[in-house]
Amino acid sequence: MQPDYILEMRGITKLFPGVRALANVDFEVTRGHVHALVGENGAGKSTLIKIISGVYPYGSYEGQMFYDGKEMKFQSIRDVEKEGIVCIHQELNVVPELSVAENIFLNEKPTRFGFIDFDKMYMDSMGLLEQIGLNSEGNLAISPDEKVRNLGIGQKQMVEIAKALAKEVRLLILDEPTAALTEAEVDVLLDIVCKLRSEGVTCIYISHRLDEVMRIADEITVLRDGQTIATRKRSELDKETMISLMVGRELKNMFPRVPHTRGELVLEVKSYSVEHPDIEGKKLIENVSFQACRGEILGISGLMGAGRTELFTALYGAFREKGEGEVLICGEPVKITNPMDALRQGFFLISEDRKKLGLNLIMSVKENTTLAALHKVSKYGVINDDREVNYTNQYKASLQIATHDINAAVSCLSGGNQQKVVLAKALVCNPKIIVLDEPTRGIDVGAKYEIYKLMNELVDQGVVIIMISSEMEEILGMSDRIITMANGKITGEFDISEATQEILLQASVPGR
Amino acid sequence: MIQKEEKLQRYISVKKIDVRTFTMFAVLVVLWIFFTYFTSNGFSSLETSFLSTRNLSNLMRQMTTVGIMGISMVLVMVSGGIDLSAGAVVGFIGCIAAVLQVYGGMGTTETILICLILSVVIYMVQGSLIAYLDLAPFIVTLGAMLVFKGLILVVTKGTTIAPLQESLIYFGQAYISRPMSLVLGIVMSLLLLLNGVQKRASKKRNGTITGSPRNMLIQWVLMTASILIAVLIMNNYRGMPVPVLIMFVLVILLTLVAERTTLGRSIYAIGGNLDAARYSGINVKKNLVMVYSIHGFMIGVAGLILAARLNASTTTVANMSLEMDAIAAAVIGGTSMSGGIGKVAGAILGALMMGTIDNGMSLMNLDASWQYIVKGVILVAAVWFDIRTNKKRKN
Repeated sequence: MQPDYILEMRGITKLFPGVRALANVDFEVTRGHVHALVGENGAGKSTLIKIISGVYPYGSYEGQMFYDGKEMKFQSIRDVEKEGIVCIHQELNVVPELSVAENIFLNEKPTRFGFIDFDKMYMDSMGLLEQIGLNSEGNLAISPDEKVRNLGIGQKQMVEIAKALAKEVRLLILDEPTAALTEAEVDVLLDIVCKLRSEGVTCIYISHRLDEVMRIADEITVLRDGQTIATRKRSELDKETMISLMVGRELKNMFPRVPHTRGELVLEVKSYSVEHPDIEGKKLIENVSFQACRGEILGISGLMGAGRTELFTALYGAFREKGEGEVLICGEPVKITNPMDALRQGFFLISEDRKKLGLNLIMSVKENTTLAALHKVSKYGVINDDREVNYTNQYKASLQIATHDINAAVSCLSGGNQQKVVLAKALVCNPKIIVLDEPTRGIDVGAKYEIYKLMNELVDQGVVIIMISSEMEEILGMSDRIITMANGKITGEFDISEATQEILLQASVPGR
Repeated sequence: MIQKEEKLQRYISVKKIDVRTFTMFAVLVVLWIFFTYFTSNGFSSLETSFLSTRNLSNLMRQMTTVGIMGISMVLVMVSGGIDLSAGAVVGFIGCIAAVLQVYGGMGTTETILICLILSVVIYMVQGSLIAYLDLAPFIVTLGAMLVFKGLILVVTKGTTIAPLQESLIYFGQAYISRPMSLVLGIVMSLLLLLNGVQKRASKKRNGTITGSPRNMLIQWVLMTASILIAVLIMNNYRGMPVPVLIMFVLVILLTLVAERTTLGRSIYAIGGNLDAARYSGINVKKNLVMVYSIHGFMIGVAGLILAARLNASTTTVANMSLEMDAIAAAVIGGTSMSGGIGKVAGAILGALMMGTIDNGMSLMNLDASWQYIVKGVILVAAVWFDIRTNKKRKN
């Protein structure tokens, strides 16, 4: 029997400058099922969802999309929602200052004589909230006239689902819905999804949490490197197979691995915790302890939202919340409350967000290079142009920064060269410890290789390199030792000899 | 291919900056011709027109207050801030000077010292509120504006306080003797030459030489010519006005601070990308307080010069919205409202434009209301022009 597909995608290819995010992807969703979409970071899940939900309009990708058997050429999110497809993104789209009812009927408020019919709006909201099982009992009960600002994240998510129901949703897409939820909230959410399924709503469910996926999905599609690897029934899959399907690729020789010899201990962090900046009482980083030694590259692995960036930003003194715990550099306890302190201790963080936190795009290559070490190129507060140019030229040569003019704006450079400028900025400071957060994101292969080589050279010079990366290949290709994180905790520590993609992913998947 | 594109982009961006300055100059020239025509019976009686050396000298003297306020407003705006209290503080400092001299019988040196210290302290407090309490500069300085408008009334009780001592008036009304003005002009031009040669030598040492010495020489000849013409015009009347000289000295000092010091570099870094500056270990708070303190010094000087020129302190100064003229001057001179971009000397061009409109329209006997309207239109047009060129540069 021909299965009854509500959504069929054929040969979807989506190109970004320099990257093929999706390559000839086929994706079918059976009517009335919960269909899970899993894959590593960067596998192409979000891109696929953005195509379905109209964020990328027809024409910006190749391939065909059929909905209810008809080919669809969506131009905007509005077109998509008219057809009853609603996507709830990871970042919720609620208006905090409005009430629950006003949020549910944000786009089409019921009116009478041109004025909003508040009575009808509140009554209908009650009905919708009841439909998803949030009646006046239970600990997640929501009143329609409550301001959304006062709700918890889980409740906000429920409001979004009610909002989708108000639009008469037939295909509901949930992108990482449980990332910020507590366990009780997750249970409620999964119940709602099951309830909606029994009412005939089809659901695409994207999650890193494979246990949840195993609990509610009817079918599972695995994406990897922008390609569909497999679509299977849940009954035919177990967690281990799923992980191996998600990973399933061999390391190519992209990494200049050289043996390092581990030297003395430089950075030691003991039971370090950071409060969540938005949720009171919740810890973003919980009781983390680790060590980093001279002569090694320490890889920090984990899925998005594991708290890796937050941990090191807090250690660098640049996070909104201050961390608690003991930090020792070269055996000396240090107190770092801002990046100035960190630099004084020889600790430099190269952020994942090059354009926002790494560089000043208005300034020139030269000015960016010396920005973190102005005291080195000045005397009595007066900048010595000669010294500045010397430093810049020195690092331009050693890092092979491709620019003919060090006074050119850094925004004119390619991504790889911009990253090298950030590295030059760090090196001018002569740091003992460099944390590289996603050092090769958005950089072409050639420049990646050069940056890896540079990391090796730095290690040989006695710098401690800590590399945060979401790319498994990179982690396995470059690190000497790997720490995995999940949910703000360290979940494992592996020597490179014992680490495989399966083991790392297993340790990175948040347990439930 | 990529290199070629980069080169093209750079060429355009360099050229755009020139286009911008050039356009402002062109507008200024058009304004001057316009005003000269309407004040000289169709170019027939130049000696009493806008273009007479007497009037040009006056114009320069009148623009000094806004000019000095404008150049330090550039630094404040580059750091990502704004100062709405400048006009009120200028008025307040003038009142304090008058009170000290008229009621207190204090000497000029003490008066100047007290006024400058007071002004620096006022802005140090504002800067600290902005830096350490994370308050928006707009709000802090708006509050300060109201406070000092009130304090002016408290200090003067609503009356005009006059006259000031001759030695203080000197700074607002006196002229430097003609030979001395000429000597200063020549010294200035020689300093420029020295600076150019030095820069070239340093570039040569570092192997980043750009262009032949011809370009540098042409630049120097043009600068020298404009300096000498300006000096000759001033000398044709009475010599270089003292406040104008002070303004030019301050322009040079502030340019050096902006372009040659770690403080200046940090200000540009903070205004251009606050988070990146913080991640680079720049002491954001300390640098912000420094900017506002320097600004305070400049506002103090502006206040003293204005009081000296008027030979009195009046409550009306605070209602002249001088801060708006200063902000407009900075913006017309190419300072970005969003921070990180701006040239100190640009504000002089802006102040000259504002001064020209004020001066020319009063000569034409037009009502003051028209000055506001024209200045408003020019300000908005300048910003539109800026945004347009920026957009093109980004594309």
